[in-house]
Parts: sequence; structure tokens; C-alpha cells
Amino acid sequence: MKINLVNENSVIIYFSDTVSIETADRIAYACHLLRNGLATMLSDIVPSYTSILLSCNLRKTGLQGFVLAVKRVLEQIEAHNVDTPAAKQITLPVYYGEEVALDYAEISEHAGLPFSEVVKLHTSECYRVFAIGFAPGFAYLGNTPESITMPRKMTPRAKVPKGSVAIADQQTAVYPRSSPGGWQVIGRTPVNLLDFSQDNLSQFSVGEHVRFEAIDRVTFLAMGGEL
Amino acid sequence: MTLHIKQAGVLSLLQDLGRYGHQDVGVTPGGPMDSHAFHWANKLLDNAANDAQIEITMGPFQAYFQAETTFSVCGADVEAKLNGQVIFPWHSWQASPGDFLELSYPSKGLRSYLAVAGGFQITETLGSMSSVMRDQLGGLDQQGHKLSDGDVVPYQSIKRHYTRTVPKQFTPDFNNVIRLGVLPTYQFHEFSESARTTLFNELYTVTPEMDRMGYRLKGKAVEVKQQNFISEGIALGAIQIPANGQPIVLMRDRQTIGGYPKIGCICQRDLNLLSQATPGTKVQFFEQDLYQAEAELQQVQQYFFEGD
Repeated sequence: MKINLVNENSVIIYFSDTVSIETADRIAYACHLLRNGLATMLSDIVPSYTSILLSCNLRKTGLQGFVLAVKRVLEQIEAHNVDTPAAKQITLPVYYGEEVALDYAEISEHAGLPFSEVVKLHTSECYRVFAIGFAPGFAYLGNTPESITMPRKMTPRAKVPKGSVAIADQQTAVYPRSSPGGWQVIGRTPVNLLDFSQDNLSQFSVGEHVRFEAIDRVTFLAMGGEL
Repeated sequence: MTLHIKQAGVLSLLQDLGRYGHQDVGVTPGGPMDSHAFHWANKLLDNAANDAQIEITMGPFQAYFQAETTFSVCGADVEAKLNGQVIFPWHSWQASPGDFLELSYPSKGLRSYLAVAGGFQITETLGSMSSVMRDQLGGLDQQGHKLSDGDVVPYQSIKRHYTRTVPKQFTPDFNNVIRLGVLPTYQFHEFSESARTTLFNELYTVTPEMDRMGYRLKGKAVEVKQQNFISEGIALGAIQIPANGQPIVLMRDRQTIGGYPKIGCICQRDLNLLSQATPGTKVQFFEQDLYQAEAELQQVQQYFFEGD
């Protein structure tokens, strides 16, 4: 683990050089401790695959004082060798019908499998939230089973519909809102993933466990899904 | 009691100091591009540092004050008129009901800040009024839209019994060449010696591809080893070097994480200069000591937040 200065009020902590489930779990736990331990000194926290970017409120602390406080919190993790508390697990219903799985043909062809097999594989895995970014609530989930890994589209779509579940490389994600995007769309969830009027505005946070569950068209529509 | 906007111009956005504490779910902070001008516009009126203002990018901008207020304009070199009478930026002025404010297209600089005593009164989303168009957050309609002709922006009718001027030494000159301090952080030491020499010795040019998210510069390519880089949090002012070696400086509406190597960060003092730079402006980078920059920023914040 190393702590590097970034700008006048930010530091970054690197936990590892490589992406792994273990690192994701440590980062999720460190975020929890840092939020509590740094309290009002902390202005923003940006966890990602192998790092956490932290920025401080310079009216509460100087950068050196902030680094010391961060070190103190991180020592707790190392000294106690704490197990990560049970992560929240989310199950997201997904409709994998052809009218919403916009890239089903390409995905199926690339995997060399019938699309129903692809769906089975996609729903077989328990994914980790590795990072959230690109757009509010856009969570990068990994890792997808090797047989359905697939590169991004050569030309991104101008508009990927809200709720679209998509895959790219070894990852899968849900588009919380309609936006341009280059991932291969495999299905759609009726669940609203982002609510700016709520305190807990995103369904996801880094380190959480996510599973997808296939639902049929009727259930999708009954849950408020839009075709 | 409202400001009635007759002409919103190219891009006018309600901004406070930004939306903090939600970057962990991908919500960008937003906030004023030129925090120096923003801070002074509130300070002239004895407003709280975070009071909402209108950031007017390019303009031209025209509006009627429908109630008495004291207002200030800070930022770009614009020709400003109140009821046809010339007024100057970096001052506060009194307005009576029906008064008509006009700001021309800037002759130098890019963004002006219009503040009223007590700040514009709009509903916060996630603790801030700042408009972020891409995230559909904040602003008059809380959907991040820019202001349009005919919009009415509420304010309390508060009058200060004085007007003020920003001391000359704190008003910027808008030069054709700007010097930007680079904090040697992120992957600075992983870039080759020759890459760093290129960055500091060459002049770069601001391209038309510049917005609240980032400024793309062009010039001699900064050598970057093509590598698979793991996405990480992007701090304000980060200088990304994509494969083509052309620097991108990330600004207020930046995305929260990104997968390009970064050769450091522009210090916040100099981001204010960059945010006023128009396409064609030349940029000269120099290495800036981080602790010195931090001390300066702390001093700036102490001064502008002292009344809060």
C-alpha cells in the first residue's frame, strides 16, 4: 500500500498493481473506515479498481495533517488484519429478450454459443463492483465468464437505452440512464438504479456483490420495464 | 423577485462552489470554472462563499432586475452596461426594479460571473445548486439545463449600502501566453525524462475542443508508453496524456475516474487562468511545488470563507 500526493487537497492510495476480488474487498472496507475516521476532513472519496482517491477540506486540515490521518486509519486495517464485513448482495432482474438485448446476435456469434447459453453464463456469476464512474451510477462489474468476454463495439451507439445491461472485455455493467455507449447490450433491467432525490442515490457501491436473474417479458413489464 | 433573462447567450449556468461527497457513485463536482472570479463576485457583496451565481460563458447576456438588489460582475473583459450606462467588471453596483443589464461578448477571457446580494435562490440537488448538463443535475429546473431566454431566476431583494471594487492587483490580465504550474504527481515519475522535458520546454495551444469537462491542448506529443492503464480517480486539474501524446486538462465537470496516464495536475490557481483561455491561447507549463500551492490555496480559502 502506498499513499501519494495528487494536488493541493488530494491524495491517492494504491492497494495493488493488479485487479482482483481481494483488492476490491480491501478497498471497500478501507472506504468504510476512511469515511468514518476522516469525518469532516474528507470532502470526496473515489474508489476504483486498485486505488482510492481522497480529497480533503483545506479549511479543516492541511495536506500533511490529512496524510497522517489517512495513515492512522489504514494502520487499523493492517494491525487488526480485519476480515471484511459481509458485503451487501444485490440481485438484479434482467429481461434478456431479443427486443432489448440489442447485440444478442453479435454476442452469440462471438461466443460461438446459442444466446440462451450466454444468458446462463451471464447469470451464473457473482460479480464485484470494481468501480463506479463514466456517468453517475455506472458500475463496472467483474469478472464475466471467459467464454462471453467480448470487445467493445467498433462504433459506439449514440443512445443506449436506460437500464441496458451490457458486456465489454471481462466486465459487465448497467446503463443507469440513456447515454451514448460502446458496450455490447445483452438485456435490460426494469430496476431504477439512480435516484437523485434519495440519500442513497445509487443502488451500487464499490465492493458490493451483484447477481443477475433472468426474468420474462411479462415480469419485466410488470416491474415497470420499458421496451 | 427575479432576474428576468432576455438573452442567455451561448452558455449561462447557475453555479455554486460545487457538489461534493458523491464522486464515489460517479457524480462530478461541477462548480465555477474560474473560482477566483467567482469568489470575488461573492466577496464584493459580503455573500457567503458558496452563494449561487450565474456563470456566463461568452454571452452576450441581457437581463432585467425585477427587484432592488446590489450585484457584482467579475471575470472576463466584457463591455457591461446598466440601463445603457457603462459599468465595469470587478465592481459591485446598485440595481433598481426594471434595470437592464447587458454584457457583451468578451474582448478577452471567456467567462463572467454575475452575483446578487444574498445569492440566487434555487433548490439544491445533492447539496448543491451547480448545473451539470451531462449529469442532468442542478440549475433552475434541477435537470442541469443551461439558462434560456425568458428564464426567471429568483433572488431575495437585499441591498448592500455600499459598492466595492476588487483591488487592481487581484484582477487578471488575459494574456496570449499563459503559464500553468504543474504539480509533479500521479504518474509524473513514470513518464520518461524526455517526455517531461517536452512538456516543460514546448508551447502548447488551447484547441476549440474545450469545455467544462476538459481542455484539449495541442503541441509536440508527450511521449507515453502505450500500456494498459487501470482506471483511477481523477482529481481537479489532472493532465491526461492519451496515446497521441496531446495533453487534456480535466476541469470542473470531469468524469470521476479515467484510464489514461496522467503527468501531474495543474495547480488550482492556474486552472482559473486556463478556464478563461480561448482557442489559440498558448500554454507554457512549469513545475510547481505542491506544498507551496497548497499553502496558497489555504490562504485563498481562509480569506474568502472568513465571513461564513
